Amino acid sequence: MEKIKSLADLKKKREELQSTLQLREMGDNVDNMIQVKVAMATCGIASGAKQVMETIINESNNRKLPVVVTQTGCMGYCYAEPTVEVKKPGQDPVVFGYITPAKATELVEKYLAGNEMLDGVIPVNYEKIDK
Amino acid sequence: MDKIKVTIDNRTVEVAKGTTILKAAQQLGIEIPTLCHFELEGLNFHNRPGGCRICVVEVPGRRTLAPACVTECMPDMVVYTNSPRVLNARKTVLELILSDHPADCLNCSKCGSCELQDLAIRFGVRENPYVGGNHVQSEYKVEVSPSIIRDMNKCVMCRRCEEMCNKVQTVGALSAIERGFPAVVSTAFGNTLTESPCVFCGQCVAVCPVGALTEVDNNYQVLRDLADPNKKTVVQVAPAVRVALGEEFGMKPGEIVTGKLAAALKAIGFDYVFDTDWSADLTIMEEGTELIGRLKKFLAGDKDVKIPLMTSCCPAWVNFYEKHFPQLREYPSSAKSPQQMFGAVAKNYFAEKINCKREDMVCVSVMPCLAKKYETGREEFKKNGNPDVDYSISTRELARLIKMFNIDFNTLEPIEFDSPLGESTGAAVIFGATGGVMEAAVRTAYEVLTGKTLPKIDFEELRGLEGVREAVVDIDGLKLNLAVVYGLGNARKMLELIEKGECKYHAIEVMACPGGCIDGAGQPYHHGDSSIIKARWEATYRADRELPIRKSHENPSIQAIYKEYYKEPCGHLSHEQLHTIYFDKKTRVDEE
Amino acid sequence: MANYKYHILICGGTGCHASQSAKIKENFEQLLKEKNLENDVQIVGTGCFGFCEKGPIVKMLPDNTFYTQVKPEDCREIIDEHIIKGRKVERLLYLDPKTQEHKSDSKHMGFYKKQMRIALRNCGFINPENIDEYIARDGYKALASVLEQNDPEATIEDIKKSGLRGRGGAGFPTGVKWGLCRPNKADQKYMICNADEGDPGAFMDRSILEGDPHSIIEAMAIGGFCIGATKGLIYIRAEYPLAIHRLQVAIGQAREYGLLGKNIFGTDFDFDIELRYGAGAFVCGEETALIHSMEGQRGEPTFKPPFPAVEGFMKKPSNVNNVETLANIPVIINKGWEWFSSIGTEKSKGTKVFALAGQINNVGLIEVPMGITLREIIYEIGGGIKGGKQFKAVQTGGPSGGCLTEKFLDTPIDYENLVAAGSMMGSGGMIVMDETSCMVSVAKFYLDFTVEESCGKCSPCRIGNKRMCEILDKITKGQGTMEDLDTLRNLAKVIKDSALCGLGQTSPNPVLSTIDNFWDEYVAHVVDKKCPAGQCKALKKYVIDPDKCKGCTACARKCPVGAIHGTVKNPHEIDQAACIKCGTCIDTCKFNAISIQ
Repeated sequence: MEKIKSLADLKKKREELQSTLQLREMGDNVDNMIQVKVAMATCGIASGAKQVMETIINESNNRKLPVVVTQTGCMGYCYAEPTVEVKKPGQDPVVFGYITPAKATELVEKYLAGNEMLDGVIPVNYEKIDK
Repeated sequence: MDKIKVTIDNRTVEVAKGTTILKAAQQLGIEIPTLCHFELEGLNFHNRPGGCRICVVEVPGRRTLAPACVTECMPDMVVYTNSPRVLNARKTVLELILSDHPADCLNCSKCGSCELQDLAIRFGVRENPYVGGNHVQSEYKVEVSPSIIRDMNKCVMCRRCEEMCNKVQTVGALSAIERGFPAVVSTAFGNTLTESPCVFCGQCVAVCPVGALTEVDNNYQVLRDLADPNKKTVVQVAPAVRVALGEEFGMKPGEIVTGKLAAALKAIGFDYVFDTDWSADLTIMEEGTELIGRLKKFLAGDKDVKIPLMTSCCPAWVNFYEKHFPQLREYPSSAKSPQQMFGAVAKNYFAEKINCKREDMVCVSVMPCLAKKYETGREEFKKNGNPDVDYSISTRELARLIKMFNIDFNTLEPIEFDSPLGESTGAAVIFGATGGVMEAAVRTAYEVLTGKTLPKIDFEELRGLEGVREAVVDIDGLKLNLAVVYGLGNARKMLELIEKGECKYHAIEVMACPGGCIDGAGQPYHHGDSSIIKARWEATYRADRELPIRKSHENPSIQAIYKEYYKEPCGHLSHEQLHTIYFDKKTRVDEE
Repeated sequence: MANYKYHILICGGTGCHASQSAKIKENFEQLLKEKNLENDVQIVGTGCFGFCEKGPIVKMLPDNTFYTQVKPEDCREIIDEHIIKGRKVERLLYLDPKTQEHKSDSKHMGFYKKQMRIALRNCGFINPENIDEYIARDGYKALASVLEQNDPEATIEDIKKSGLRGRGGAGFPTGVKWGLCRPNKADQKYMICNADEGDPGAFMDRSILEGDPHSIIEAMAIGGFCIGATKGLIYIRAEYPLAIHRLQVAIGQAREYGLLGKNIFGTDFDFDIELRYGAGAFVCGEETALIHSMEGQRGEPTFKPPFPAVEGFMKKPSNVNNVETLANIPVIINKGWEWFSSIGTEKSKGTKVFALAGQINNVGLIEVPMGITLREIIYEIGGGIKGGKQFKAVQTGGPSGGCLTEKFLDTPIDYENLVAAGSMMGSGGMIVMDETSCMVSVAKFYLDFTVEESCGKCSPCRIGNKRMCEILDKITKGQGTMEDLDTLRNLAKVIKDSALCGLGQTSPNPVLSTIDNFWDEYVAHVVDKKCPAGQCKALKKYVIDPDKCKGCTACARKCPVGAIHGTVKNPHEIDQAACIKCGTCIDTCKFNAISIQ
């Protein structure tokens, strides 16, 4: 194994390693993060939800946005798959439908980074148990 | 040296930096009571665990009381040794110690010379709230070994014995085991002392403040045999006994009581009152001849000869190399100790001379030593199960015997020892002090080797009370490198030098006890007062000076026995009777 | 290359380990393989989360879901529901005892809300057996900057200014301790870590060593650099096999990275660490006893001075610091002494880890800022007294501490206040007692421990504590007298005043503090021969109410000693002299006719 010979070495090493814990660091602070849930049931996956999730993660990381991306089950909007729910701190969740990878990039760019609303908002019509 | 001022009980004293409160108080004549603390000043032994807490004193500003024995004085320190807080704590601690100590003072062999008893008297503990009811006392098995009785029910955990056994003697037989209330000093795995690395030097007994470690008492066997009309009783007295016995009768330390001692033994009823000094002279003839023999071979370039020659008079030392350094057991002289030489002469030559059967003769020795008790029981010193020396009693036991026989020791008229095994020289007397054996040997070796008379009989360079001493003695051009050590820790250093091949000495004298036999474990208790040992030491050399003959080879009785019986030192018969062999007795624990 | 979307953290602390957390980890791994999720979900074994009562703990990230009391068979459901379907497994969430609501994020749980984790910062967050995760969390940065700055005196000064004090119990300022050792010249000095955690119920040091071993290694190297030591020794009890294993792994990894060994960070500073195992004697937490034990001597204290800073291990200058103390060092250096000293009270800075136990809803390991009140700890973090019972006392400081009553509930916790209240900080044991605790028995419990753990060197501790214990035993059996109470009080004072070491000097604290705060309870035992808490068996009296007894004979038949007499259909009676107070009769009686008086 390579020896760490200086403070600079250590810093370099730390930077390399930090991403491995990023997910956990975010989780530690989940209330202040943008929580993104990608519906990943059969319907979602069939419509390309996997690629959408990858895109959101990568685009958010590239922009160093405080975003937590998790997957979730079918939200019930199978007609509009892939669907993505975004909850910003202190705001009500917003669900977007028909999200393609390209749309996902736009979502990150406009709504997550900025606060610009996108087309395709699906009105939320249920209550959730977990707060 | 830096001096600091301290105020103790409202009196100020100036002491050197590093002085303990205990010592500073002593300078003011304030005797703070102690129990675990023990110091043999000038003899390199101190025990300061600060464990008993009897000596606690109050130092205003300190959160807790301070143990005076280990707390060093600080500049302008104020100390109270008798404030109500101190007295209450001290009394409570004493009550606690007494609550875990059998109240069998009347039956205890330490009764009258017990330091805990002294404290109880001093504090007048009458009622003890920690005794009785559901308050328990520790229970341990009592062990009776050939020399030492261990009754750990009486142990107060002062740890003096442990310090002595491990730090001074480096024997490593005793150490604290268990913790909390059951904590006690013990051998490893609760083995017997015989199984343990113990060498029976008995110094643990010499320093034990209470009756936890005491000597095996052989007085009643002696009494039984004295009362038997069919037995001829022969008694021998070691050199160091005559300079210490007087203490037991209120004399000041250092009185020489040789004549009274002989008279007392006669009055007790021994048939023959002889002197171990006689066989000490005999030892010099044998050991001195062995030394000359080895030296001659050595100087002639013999690579196999064992040099240095080490003395073998001290039975604890013999046990030490048998148990701890058996691989080096050919270095010590093969000469038996004076006690055993005497026994061999008594039960062979003398028994024959007075026409007494071996079984009908009882040979008793009075020794300053407890290891001598073990030595009498060695198989190699028995013939058909009958030992050369039947019993060895200590100086303390003899004192009790004299008291039992209603003898007023102080007014006794001195008498001479009986003949023929009673005549001796100054060279034999000094066997009792460290360096004495070496000096006696040199006095004889010089004259035997050179055929000349010694220009100066006193070898001051071999005397002293330091634990390790060395001297170069010039024997007509032959420079002898000699060393004298006491304490088995110092002896260990010598053995380690030999083992490493770095030993430059031609001969080494070893005694196990501090200062030699004068502070043997069978001597009257000195309770840490090293001036007593000093006085005995001075008396030893005084006794030497006062004797007309001061060289062993000039002892006419010795000359006679060689002429009549042994023919020559280290001859065939003396090898048979006066020399011995040593065994590998390494203990299992030691190997691990 | 795996691109993990989820991390599953599984507690690998001793408590959870004992409840099959290793099996849980194994199950998860197998399930991920089965479902082909190995590249999406990372499984991490971590150190202790602190909430041991609810273990094994499984934490899901990034959504920070906190599952409690997970069983190996729950793994499939967690994967299926939480990972695949994105639904939380509600039955495994923490249930708030007050509101009866499920809480999914640990941040919202009372137990964690008031905590501030400095010493425990990495426990339950990183994989302790992976040095990279430690480095990713700023690990070894403090060491690197201290070495780069190359001014040990300045670092000591920083530690002094931070106000960090020894977390082993006595609270000696750490920077001052380092400063005392540094000027002593010797060919070898030693930096020693005291991991001989011995207080019954306290396990913060173990948790730190198990959960974040590198923080101790880093701090020891910093300390070693500051005092001039090139050798580090960790004295750890052999009963901590997991901590020992983690330390060994961590030391090995640090050596591989060159963070231990020669020329650390390219400087001329050499430092390495060895482990020394203790046999678990309480007294070996005392630094001189610890040093003697490491030397192979009997583990018992010696009189100070000489202090270890002058004459320590192998008679060389040595510095002994407790695990929790050391865990604070890297953070202080990274975040600055100003930051650290802004936390806590005037004289006690930073945080303290407590092992919260007893009759309380949330039992576990907590780290709180100094100055927090007992009330906050007991009622907010601890979730209040179990079963809605009445609070009676809280014992802090373990066998060296004392019992604090209601009147101290709002006292800010720091070293000075606890001592003033008759207890002490100790290593951080905190046991909450309700109305059913008998304070005489509590005092006896602690004293039993001290009696067992006394090294036996000094008379007051060896014999005195035994005698106190015997007197307490007598009192709990209803045989005590008022004179016994006087004797007890005197004895306690004398032992405190005259024992050799800290263990002995503090051993009477449980007795003194209960006598002071619960005198009436002692008197009740002695004069009325009653145990107000109903705990002392010998003082219980089982009585049959003749009005309720139907004479069914069930109790008489069940009584193991035949102490119940009576004829069929007539009220029975208990022979008090024969009764052994086993309580079988109460359990047997169908008519509630038997009660304890």
